[in-house]
Amino acid sequence: MVDHILEAHHLTKQEAQIPPEDWFEANETLQKLRKHKKFPTIWCSGCGLGVVMGALIRAIDHLGLDNDQVALVAGIGCTARMPVYMDFNTLHTTHGRALAFATGLKIARPDMKVIAIMGDGDALAIGGNHFIHAARRNIGITALVVNNSIYGMTGGQYSPTTPVGMRATTAPYGNVEPPFPICDLAMAAGASYVARSTAFHALELDKYLSEAIANDGFSLVEAVSYCHTTYGRINKLGTAADMMRALKDTSIPKASYDKLSPEEQQANTKIVRGVLQRKNRPEYTQIYNLLVEQQTQREEIRPRNTGRR
Amino acid sequence: MDKRIEVRLAGEGGQGMILAGIILAEAAAIYDGKQATQTQSYGPEARGGASRSEVVISDGEIDHPEVLAPDVVVALSQEAYKKFARTVKPGGLLIVDDERVEVAPDVAAVRVPVVRLSRETTGRAITANTIALGILVGLTGMVSRQAIEKAVAARAPKGTEEMNRKALEAGFAAAEQVKSAVT
Amino acid sequence: MTIKLMQGNEAIAQGAIAAGCRFYAGYPITPSTEVAEVMSRELPKVGGKFIQMEDEIASMAAIIGGRVGGLKSMTATSGPGFSLMQENLGYAAMAEIPCVIVNVQRLGPSTGQPTAASQGDVMQARWGTHGDHPIIALSPISVAQSFDLTVKAFNLSEKYRTPVILLTDEIIGHMREPIELPDFNSVEKFEQVVTESPETYKPYSNNGDVPPMAAFGRGYRYHITGLFHDEVGFPTQRLDEVEPWLERVNGKFERNADDILLYETDYQPGARTAVLSYGASARTARHAVKQMRARGEKVNLFTALTIWPFPETAVEALADSVERIIVPEMNLGQLALEVERMAGRRKVVRVNRANGEMVTPDMIIAAAEA
Repeated sequence: MVDHILEAHHLTKQEAQIPPEDWFEANETLQKLRKHKKFPTIWCSGCGLGVVMGALIRAIDHLGLDNDQVALVAGIGCTARMPVYMDFNTLHTTHGRALAFATGLKIARPDMKVIAIMGDGDALAIGGNHFIHAARRNIGITALVVNNSIYGMTGGQYSPTTPVGMRATTAPYGNVEPPFPICDLAMAAGASYVARSTAFHALELDKYLSEAIANDGFSLVEAVSYCHTTYGRINKLGTAADMMRALKDTSIPKASYDKLSPEEQQANTKIVRGVLQRKNRPEYTQIYNLLVEQQTQREEIRPRNTGRR
Repeated sequence: MDKRIEVRLAGEGGQGMILAGIILAEAAAIYDGKQATQTQSYGPEARGGASRSEVVISDGEIDHPEVLAPDVVVALSQEAYKKFARTVKPGGLLIVDDERVEVAPDVAAVRVPVVRLSRETTGRAITANTIALGILVGLTGMVSRQAIEKAVAARAPKGTEEMNRKALEAGFAAAEQVKSAVT
Repeated sequence: MTIKLMQGNEAIAQGAIAAGCRFYAGYPITPSTEVAEVMSRELPKVGGKFIQMEDEIASMAAIIGGRVGGLKSMTATSGPGFSLMQENLGYAAMAEIPCVIVNVQRLGPSTGQPTAASQGDVMQARWGTHGDHPIIALSPISVAQSFDLTVKAFNLSEKYRTPVILLTDEIIGHMREPIELPDFNSVEKFEQVVTESPETYKPYSNNGDVPPMAAFGRGYRYHITGLFHDEVGFPTQRLDEVEPWLERVNGKFERNADDILLYETDYQPGARTAVLSYGASARTARHAVKQMRARGEKVNLFTALTIWPFPETAVEALADSVERIIVPEMNLGQLALEVERMAGRRKVVRVNRANGEMVTPDMIIAAAEA
């Protein structure tokens, strides 16, 4: 089928880097993707979401997790469509509620790795309450928040992470609301692992995501990305490639940030990449299971329905 | 239709009137083998305010579960009296705490200083509800004495069984006094 | 077996445990809190889990997540909380996730009167969430039936892969009555069993009324979504995939009506008046009917235990047998609308009270005499 295209471009298969027929089966990491029906993705070409998805797949692969062991839970939005393309137990829920669904699932199956995938609006506006409470409980869920500063799917309305002054279809004169610092919020609420990187720094994301998933308690990874279709166009930020490049230019590693003077840190407007919090806190389902163990043992000693308790 | 007895127990929140209703219903349903329903109404306060507990006892199936026209009303506070004294059906029985309730001249009531009796018997006001149950059952016989004794004992918090037994007995004694005063 | 005096709400919690419920997520709200309190105490003893979520939206989401993970799940709430649950209740209907939602109705709208009784959520139970959807709602009339219908709610929910609403009210929920709890091991339980292999498994197969549901993490990796989906669960906009789904899901109760529609009838030959009711008002209806019969009047009595789907055929037959149907309810006339729909030329007399108090037997008798 591709032959006529190659012919038109005067390219050989090798030059065009067309993968072999058995490319999917041959690549173990790609086994984490769904084989049938679901491609191409709904994402605009050039979107950072594909890079983030790649990082997530590599992170799970790196941990050697069986596909059956992993559940992906998502809300609504461009980011929340991610699970449909991956071959795990996938639950695509309602807007903002991914963490609440994930909480029930994790309680039912504490042995499974539950990953909630959300956009900034999904996680922090409509789902903000669930976000802070999941962090407070330190329940063993990994929250992957892809932050593109806008509501992409609905066409570019301002979100709780849109910077002040930036335009959106519902902020035609510039946004007047201050944004939420996602990581700070998670840290204050009690998340035991918090890290941030960008869609440009894909390998960094791999690493943080695998650390986050390996962590027993609540983990947050903020993946800063962009939406060139809405946010980029309305704010004249250039092409997808321009915006991708900007992620590189406008971010610094935490190690560099830490070396800055307090005044310089105060004045810093760049995205700080790195692990921002590691805390040893008891995980919710483990604590609850201890309680269940105590009560079931007590119940074995004291048969049911014999007199008043 | 089966004979249906309706009781309304009212007082201040915290006086234990709801519990008294539960105990009365348990005496009827668990220990006397009758049918009983207990319902209640209360304000938003955990303490204070007016609270009422209603019990319907019958030999047969109870349909409408709430009190329609009470055969007996017990009022341990002025507010309870004001609200419910006149709901007692003609020929019915009204029991009040005569140190806490001012009874209108045209209202017939059995007057017992329930809270004072409680303090004298057990040293505490909290057993007033048990005293009231003793008076109520002593005067009406709506459940057997054995049944109410068992029901009170089963509901008494650990360590207060003897206190509540005494209170119930004092209630029965007060009922006897009332009866002999009338005859 | 021993007789206990128990509140309706406690009996619901006991029924849930007996039915195999092993996960409860909820948010405290009067007059439903006793259900949560008993569940928080009893669930750990049987290896189950309880969580108090941050709100009712999260509670509804969590029980769906819990059931997807393989635990039979329940939540309980009242008016304002029930309103918040509607979004994810629709999700459970769309994704066909079994779960039980207890609504102990209180006086509304808004905060209304938290401790006062009502039957004002009848229509919300049917149409509260957006979009056409199938739903089952059961309404108990006693403490003992609160236990039985909770068990039934779980079994219907599992069997038909649907959310089931236990639509009780403050009167039945808070009322204490004697109840004899059965041995929980002897209680009949419906369990989902998947016999197909993961390779051929279709979680939303339109072949038959209800495809079996596999829990997550058992080798059946599949996609669950609130979007319209194909037989394997993936989003679709293809009409040839959407329409068979619509036909199956919205017809699954009608095709199993005998199993789902529960009601009690007590008819007298020659009766020209009938009283139809449900929940706490059905108790009043019985009281009134007994009084009328004691005076020599002939009256038919119909008690609806399944409110949704509405028992249309049975009510149509009732209407054919009498000249008028009296419908007492603690609202401004909600189930009466359904009765009117089925009554044809027969007169439907509404007896309504929406001030937090029960309808009285006298109100029903007066309506019969009018």
